[in-house]
Amino acid sequence: MTHCGNGLPGLGNAPNNTASRPERSRVNTLETRVLIIGGGATGTGLARDLALRGVACTLVDQGDLNAGASGANHGLLHSGARYVAGDAESATHCRKEGLILRKLARHCLEDTQGLFVAIEGDDENYIADFPAMCARCDIPARSVDLQEARELEPLLSSALIAAYEVPDATIDPFKLALENMTQATSLGSTLLTHSKVVGFELADGRIETVRVASLRDGQETKVRAEQVVNAAGAWSGHIAGFAGIAIDILFSKGTLLITQKRATQRVVNRLRKPANADIIVPGGTVSVLGTTSIRVDSLDDIAPTVPEVDLIIDEASAMVPSFASARILRAYAGVRPLVRQGGAGSDDRSVSRDLTLLDHREHGVDNFITITGGKLTTYRHMAEKAADLVCEHLGVDEPCRTRIDPLPESCRWTVPGLAPQVWMQQRDPRDLLLCECEMVPQSAVDHIVGTLRDPSRTPALKEIGLRSRVGKGSCQGCFCSLRVLTHLYRTDHVRADDGLDHLKAFVNERWKGEQAVLFGTQLEQAELDEALHCALLGLEL
Amino acid sequence: MPEPIAINTDFTVIGAGMAGLSAGLFARRRGLGTLVVGGPSELAYAAGPWDLLGVHPIEQRYLVTDPWMGIEALVKDLPKHPYARIREGDLRAAFAVVLEAFREAGYPYLRLPDGNCEVITSVGTRKRTYCLPHTMWNGVEAWRDRVPCLLVDFQGLKDFSAQQIVATLAERWPDLHARTVVFPDTEHLPEVSPEFLARCLDLPEVRAKLAKLLLPLVEDHEAIGLPAILGHHHSTEVVADLEMRLGVPVFEVPSPPVSVPGLRIRLTFEKLLRQRGARLLLDDRVVRIGPHGDGFQLFLEKGDRAYVVNTRGVLLATGRFLGGGLSADRVRVRETLFDLPVSQPAHRSEWHRKELLDPRGHPINQAGLEVDAQFRPLDQAGAVAFPTLFAAGSVLAHQDWMRMKCGAGLAITTSYAAVDAFVGLSRPARGEA
Repeated sequence: MTHCGNGLPGLGNAPNNTASRPERSRVNTLETRVLIIGGGATGTGLARDLALRGVACTLVDQGDLNAGASGANHGLLHSGARYVAGDAESATHCRKEGLILRKLARHCLEDTQGLFVAIEGDDENYIADFPAMCARCDIPARSVDLQEARELEPLLSSALIAAYEVPDATIDPFKLALENMTQATSLGSTLLTHSKVVGFELADGRIETVRVASLRDGQETKVRAEQVVNAAGAWSGHIAGFAGIAIDILFSKGTLLITQKRATQRVVNRLRKPANADIIVPGGTVSVLGTTSIRVDSLDDIAPTVPEVDLIIDEASAMVPSFASARILRAYAGVRPLVRQGGAGSDDRSVSRDLTLLDHREHGVDNFITITGGKLTTYRHMAEKAADLVCEHLGVDEPCRTRIDPLPESCRWTVPGLAPQVWMQQRDPRDLLLCECEMVPQSAVDHIVGTLRDPSRTPALKEIGLRSRVGKGSCQGCFCSLRVLTHLYRTDHVRADDGLDHLKAFVNERWKGEQAVLFGTQLEQAELDEALHCALLGLEL
Repeated sequence: MPEPIAINTDFTVIGAGMAGLSAGLFARRRGLGTLVVGGPSELAYAAGPWDLLGVHPIEQRYLVTDPWMGIEALVKDLPKHPYARIREGDLRAAFAVVLEAFREAGYPYLRLPDGNCEVITSVGTRKRTYCLPHTMWNGVEAWRDRVPCLLVDFQGLKDFSAQQIVATLAERWPDLHARTVVFPDTEHLPEVSPEFLARCLDLPEVRAKLAKLLLPLVEDHEAIGLPAILGHHHSTEVVADLEMRLGVPVFEVPSPPVSVPGLRIRLTFEKLLRQRGARLLLDDRVVRIGPHGDGFQLFLEKGDRAYVVNTRGVLLATGRFLGGGLSADRVRVRETLFDLPVSQPAHRSEWHRKELLDPRGHPINQAGLEVDAQFRPLDQAGAVAFPTLFAAGSVLAHQDWMRMKCGAGLAITTSYAAVDAFVGLSRPARGEA
């Protein structure tokens, strides 16, 4: 099998220490030029940018890649038209970055185009001003007559009153993070997942040591880095706090739904001042509906709720009425980090979505910067700005290459619909399907497991799920979780007795996405799921 | 469209799952003209074992050793549970009838004289249950006594790993070992299914070949465990033959659906019901049903075939969401055939807990039909909806069969009680079979 290159980011082993320590202590040390805290779009984008400038980094995250907002968003590459009225700077950035990513990261996106549509009762002034506001930000917005709009998207409501075509696209944030990190690691960087920053040791106005604890075995590593970058998204305030620096981050939770069928070819946006559930985004074989914006106080227990689900279905079906009876596969929720600068209004949607770059020399810490806020669409730009500042501190004179160098493609198992094509082409009858909903073969799982390099540990089903389509189909992991686990034993990837713990973790994780959307067919599936895992296997006992 | 075929009968069971098929048996035993209607049911997903009561109280995850004592406690704690409406004598009698019938049909289920038993599953968990097909019984004993035991898996049978069971149970059963073998004449097959292997083992020559392959592996082991493939139609011969050739007890391991032991349950019921004169329409859909005379009239359809059934009594054994007896939109749960009122939480946000494995279980699993003492569903006003309409099995409210581990018990005992109640109401049976 050759669709995955070498150097797919896996899990680093606990690093070999460079300094010796008394035998009593179980602490390793690690030296690195740049430590990046946070493995989302920004952190992985930054790792790649720096690696291309010859600066190797170590990236740590308390979870796996995209554990925060980068793993819980719409997957939308904004044309920027959504922001033209309230946040023109963001709008312009989105447009520019969209052009760059189309050129350099085509394999991570689908250039679907987008429509902005207004329904009877929507604000006529907003509709009238829209083309001019787009033009101001250099965003092409073509007026589309209603008949054409319905030819382009047959499922649009008959209550349509206006439509514009804009250059929206969709992007796969998992693939994006994986590809960025893959190139970075191929150039000498390191990824440490499930590694949580637990403190800084400061001296002489700089961070001397960053203490990182492995969430698997508790082993602590002391990281000595020339530069430390805080790219921790919603956790940025928490991380900055280790250096005694306060950053005011608002937590804005958003929920999204995934439908079983893809209802639109294009992105479809509501042509009004940004509000809840305005956007329908096609994603491979599904549609993603959302989102909400709810202020929360804590990053614990973030999960979709039934009222949010109902709100999203109701609003989305104003644009596409068939959503009212569509099968919802699952829901997910994430938290946007909004950096409060000056007094923010009560509406979180009015806080700027532009990036926040902080050089903490202003706060008396010499080798520490924070890059946060922003949007998925502008991640590359955020990474560039952060990399510029890091290189300035390091005295590195290399220019940014991420506007020029294409992002190489090395792993394709997250692409929906790809696994079946590849499997058919390979025609290896012994390559059995482990996930039948998404047609993921054994070989895909074997390859992914091969990249998760720690032989003493059972590869977590969750990690396999992240790097492939396992569990993302109609059954939502009901059978394939068991099948993948059994496969790991049958192929000797696993000998340990902790298989059941992983099974529980996997099914619990999937449940978070199902719990608020269990009606209709999905409820039948959930019943089978519980009959299998509880009635037969007694996992709850 | 040809004229619908007319059927007149005493008692029509809608639903061919555990409850419906048991009801068919009980109805014939009472001399009723009996029709059982229903397509694929939740039974398609059965693993084999029959639970009577495995856990109570579920919040405490308390494992029940003696199900009869457990039921006594349960009906005190949960007086609305369907078991509370049935005398212990009838609970026991219901099981006795079904067990005797299965024994007679050549597919006996075995139980301990005084309580639940424990069996190892294909994932290495331990399942407490009431009775098991004979094909699994030696596994119960091997586990109980922790004998040196060999588990065998097969190349190409992707859902079963002997090594997985051994590794998961390593500390508890150190003398359990695993081997992988190529099932006779399957070297050229990339994948084999349990159903395929089970049908192969129905053939004596295949059993001889398999035994020859396994014999050298027996060594000091005192039992051999296999995936759930010990015969499709001839499980008794399969087990006896392999045991004779290998010289040690042989058993199969309960596995997730779709499993051969699950399929055998339906096959056995169908055989019994046909032998005992019940009429079965197992492919046809109920298109319409309504009160008619002193009973009901149903229209059934499949392709270009149609039936009109006139029946005095109807038993709803239609199952829950998976079986199609209940369905839910974003707002509420409905009963799918009569739109009978369904006892349920007030709001969808209360249906499911935040954690899948929350020990309290999910409130929606206790939603369902409320019935009177005769197992007749109630209408909005709390009165009996139709005098000769009954309900049994998992469609009933106030039970959580998946957490309490009482699925088969619920099905068997409530259908027994419902048939009994119908007989109590009826004049002597005189309908056509």
